Amino acid sequence: MSTHQHSANGSPESGNEQRDGHHDEIAHVTPKKLLLGVWGALMILTIVTVAVTLIDFGAQTNLIIAMAIATIKAGLVVTYFMHLRWDRPFHTLIFLGSLLFVSLFISMTLLDKSEYEGSIEEMYLKKGQ
Amino acid sequence: MAQLVADQLPQHDPSGGHGHAQDAEHAHNPFLAHHFDTPKHQFEAGKLGIWIFLITEILFFGGLFCAYAIYRSLHPQVFVYAHYYLDTFWGAVNTGVLILSSLTAAWAVRNAQLGEQKKLVFNIIATVCLAFCFLCVKYVEYAHKFHEQTLPGRYFNPEHEVWELPSYQRAHGHAGHGSAAEAHAVEPQAGSAGEVAATGAVPTAASAVPTAAGAEGKEAKVAPPGAPVRPRNVGVFFSIYFCMTGLHGIHVVAGIITWLWILRRALRGEFGPSHFGAVDYAALYWHLVDLIWIYLFPLLYLIH
Repeated sequence: MSTHQHSANGSPESGNEQRDGHHDEIAHVTPKKLLLGVWGALMILTIVTVAVTLIDFGAQTNLIIAMAIATIKAGLVVTYFMHLRWDRPFHTLIFLGSLLFVSLFISMTLLDKSEYEGSIEEMYLKKGQ
Repeated sequence: MAQLVADQLPQHDPSGGHGHAQDAEHAHNPFLAHHFDTPKHQFEAGKLGIWIFLITEILFFGGLFCAYAIYRSLHPQVFVYAHYYLDTFWGAVNTGVLILSSLTAAWAVRNAQLGEQKKLVFNIIATVCLAFCFLCVKYVEYAHKFHEQTLPGRYFNPEHEVWELPSYQRAHGHAGHGSAAEAHAVEPQAGSAGEVAATGAVPTAASAVPTAAGAEGKEAKVAPPGAPVRPRNVGVFFSIYFCMTGLHGIHVVAGIITWLWILRRALRGEFGPSHFGAVDYAALYWHLVDLIWIYLFPLLYLIH
């Protein structure tokens, strides 16, 4: 009974566990230096993202830079703090899948964003604002 | 049949004497639930569960990010205007606090994996303290906004006009020195600064709501030349601000409750190298809360 569950859940990832050499461990233990290094990088990137706002690259470019820095920070957190690097690839897959669906959601909605803008402007014009 | 299954799972059954060893382990390991074969099996099942939960959280917040994206792309001038009412300093402090708490959370997982009980308790307490620290800063910010009446929707009725704010003056020099960036923030159809105080409201209530507050001094303030005119519906920015940071704040509160529960279990010595799952899951959730703030900070505070 329990062995059957195992074959359902565990077998596809079995190759990875052996390849990584963590056969006996339950999960990877993140080294101290790596934890501190990631933290340092996150703090530096926070300072950078604040500093970059003081420079005017144009609204669009500033937004892109800020989002790029945020994405690097998010990547560091997910890869090391959330140990996706040593985790089952399936977790990375579903995580990236959720980001895909969020971006689909946002971009599809943005395509439609101006649909009612005309009638809203008309309403404000009528009200004389 | 049993042979067939064993062939598929060489890593779990290197010796062939799997079944009996397992029964013995079940009898001796109080942290292993009956329906799991090994601690690793149990850990992996829980981990998949928490990841699926985190994915639903990302989709959950996705709705608010969508609202943000639509409103900002339609009315960028509202965001440029309204962000001067937020204090970048406190936003940055909170970012630092959350990142540090993420470090202590990740460290707690390491402690649990290595069986370092004292350090584990210390790091959990540190995480909880930093989470409270985050909420305190959030309280200071919210209190300031309630005081200044920089509130959502038609309740946006600020005590100070944007050119009076230190954040605005830092960015543009003192009021009166117009610049291209200020002109950018002006919505063309709006009238003088005094009049548009009334347009922050929902259209149907425009005439009724802000007049009382508008009478007590907003007319008296004379906008310096070059000062930005308030765009229509600035309050929507604060609706988005309070929804996003509020939902995030609720997650921080939930995180604190989770960590206190983990702390109680850690004090009872329930975690060790083969059974640290709960610490790891709590930390994963906590990192996600951090992750969302990493995006909220530049999107709300660092608008250019």
